[in-house]
Amino acid sequence: MTDTGHTANILGFAHRHLLGIDGLTAEQITFLLDLSDSYVALNRSDDKKTSLLRGRTVINLFFENSTRTRTSFELAGKRLGADVINMSVSSSSIKKGETLIDTAMTLNAMHPDVLIVRHPDSGAVKLLSEKVNCAVINGGDGSHEHPTQALLDAQTIRRRRGNLQGLRVAICGDILHSRVARSNIQLLGIMGAHVRVIAPPTLLPSNIERLGVEAFFDMREGLKDCDIVMMLRLQTERMQGSFVPSIREYFRFFGLDHDKLQAAKPDALIMHPGPMNRGVEIDSELADDIDRSLIRDQVEMGVAVRMACLDALTRTLRSNSEERAAAQAGGAA
Amino acid sequence: MMSSSMNPISRKNPGRVAYINARLLDPTSGTDETGALLSDGTRIADVGPRLFNDGLPEDAQVIDCAGLCLSPGLIDMRVQLREPGAEHKETIESASRAAACGGITSMVALPNTEPVIDDVAVLEFIARRAREAKLVKVYAYGTITRGLKGRELTEFGLLTEFGAVGFTDGLTAVADSQVMRRALSYSRTFRQVIIQHPEDPALASGAMNEGEVATRLGLTGIPAAAEVIMVERDLRLVALTGGRYHVANVTTAAALDAIRKAKRAGLAVTCDTAPQYFTLNENSVGDYRSFAKVSPPLRGEEDRKAVEEALADGTIDVIASDHSPHDQDSKRLPFAIAEPGIVGLESLLPLSLQLYHNGKIGLLDVLSKLTSGPAAILGLSGGSLAVGAPADLTLFDLDKPWQIDPDSFQSKSKNSPFTDYPVQGAVKRCIVDGRCIFGTDDARES
Repeated sequence: MTDTGHTANILGFAHRHLLGIDGLTAEQITFLLDLSDSYVALNRSDDKKTSLLRGRTVINLFFENSTRTRTSFELAGKRLGADVINMSVSSSSIKKGETLIDTAMTLNAMHPDVLIVRHPDSGAVKLLSEKVNCAVINGGDGSHEHPTQALLDAQTIRRRRGNLQGLRVAICGDILHSRVARSNIQLLGIMGAHVRVIAPPTLLPSNIERLGVEAFFDMREGLKDCDIVMMLRLQTERMQGSFVPSIREYFRFFGLDHDKLQAAKPDALIMHPGPMNRGVEIDSELADDIDRSLIRDQVEMGVAVRMACLDALTRTLRSNSEERAAAQAGGAA
Repeated sequence: MMSSSMNPISRKNPGRVAYINARLLDPTSGTDETGALLSDGTRIADVGPRLFNDGLPEDAQVIDCAGLCLSPGLIDMRVQLREPGAEHKETIESASRAAACGGITSMVALPNTEPVIDDVAVLEFIARRAREAKLVKVYAYGTITRGLKGRELTEFGLLTEFGAVGFTDGLTAVADSQVMRRALSYSRTFRQVIIQHPEDPALASGAMNEGEVATRLGLTGIPAAAEVIMVERDLRLVALTGGRYHVANVTTAAALDAIRKAKRAGLAVTCDTAPQYFTLNENSVGDYRSFAKVSPPLRGEEDRKAVEEALADGTIDVIASDHSPHDQDSKRLPFAIAEPGIVGLESLLPLSLQLYHNGKIGLLDVLSKLTSGPAAILGLSGGSLAVGAPADLTLFDLDKPWQIDPDSFQSKSKNSPFTDYPVQGAVKRCIVDGRCIFGTDDARES
């Protein structure tokens, strides 16, 4: 990992949107994580509110149900002083795509500063970002990317282990449908960690090795010598005899329990993006084991990381309006 | 077999036209030589290198081709007209204009219109609209099954009498083996060809080719095996029934190998592909470019090369445009729910000529896949420069370099991934039944 702390760019982050981890450099990721650290401290203090984004409007545009991600973004925006609006759009209609562009145009006319978008279709957030003038943060698109989750996972690991470089990380479960897995594979790879994926072949996308990971079908084999074990949520609607035959069979062979965890390093840490299915992909006791489980840390880091992303993406905006204000002041004098 | 009612061309006699100083290209006879051609009315009256050596006829309009290529008019056996049902995307009139600009003198409509062509009334409607357009010849397929539902066969016999030139369920594969068996078997009565979309529907439920790109983009993949599974099943049924079978839009090495073997074994099997399958690969999807979404999907580079190879060795008989017009609303969508398809009428010839310019295939071989190849499969009378053949001709400049600009297309829809794509070869004139319907100098005035 390159220890730059800050990039040459005084604004720190040269992207207009955060659509994915793909395309970010190690320096940019480190910059975002360092920035997040400062917000962790703020979030633990009594007065959690700043006025950094005062007067700015942040819209949470969710085409898919979400509680924790939406709440996390909402808190992040509010703690930075922005006005945050939540919009849930049903995506059940066949014309969801038309709704997407129409909604984008409508919202754009309201001059938001940041749009946070979650959508059930891969690539939908990028499509929307092409139609609006504000910054867009991908809050999860289909099976493609969920960049803030990968950033908060990295932040969680970094605060425990100091560094991501050289760590052996296993991502287990429904890799096929997981945007969390794809973003984490990208980020961990960029930061020099060794990534393994463990799942039955029906839940592994084809050519996954081409993303720079090792694939395993056996938990004990795959977990051997791992520092971090990331479990993924298994969507139970996918359990009905198509991808895996039953929940009990899945838990027996791919659920994380004390026994399988023995294969990992003795101090291996467990992560889960939530919401958990206790007894499906993870043993209930293990999930609550405060020595091993980072699940609560992940939630805490989520708010800090999202504050850092909002901060970084609005720097250009803010410096422009400062310049304008300065120019106006100069003109008046 | 063909019903003359499908012929849209005006009955007004275009008279005699002499095309001189042309590079005559006739894939049927293997002719590639400088010479002249005389059309009389709707037919080719004479042709050859020494024609008019004794002087030009006085009663004919003379067109000096100045060394340009004169070939049989192109026959595009795979076009979606969208009329009736989706006239905001394309009409028979707009598609006919696009075809004329593309040097296509005959096109064959897929039956996936709304209503679908599973009844003679729809065939008659299309024939009437084509007559009104008075441009290129428009033929149509009937569906194999009623309502494209894959269950009951349509009236092959009655549809044939009203001009259907073959049967296909368009972009839907006939999944049920028993239905396909009966279609291949019953179609023998009317000597008709059964055209299949080569994808196992259950395996082909994804959005793009299965592989690294799909995995990175988080899109559901369609494995190459979906194609060969359908083709191999059908080939067994062809052997069982003795039916005549044509595979549309072949895209994979595995399916092409199966077809190659079946041809060697003497089965009545032919196939086509479209320009995108030998010019592009899955990387064109790039960042969710829905203009590169087609069905079957663009494949990996190895498969693209295999398509090129199969065109060269004759396994692929035909290049069709697979013209699939879509408006913005159908394409400006998340990739997985965007409609598949590319408009192709106006880029068919130049993209196909890339095969010649790149040294992959001889010029006459490329032209056979655009003219005599489809004519033979569908039993059409064009596709040749022989005396007595219809005077359907395409005059083109083989070497002219240009860049494809979908915004300038005559087609109502502009969904092409070939924007700014550099090509060589431009259509100069399109002649249907002796009448110039596209070009600088209008033969109708003679």
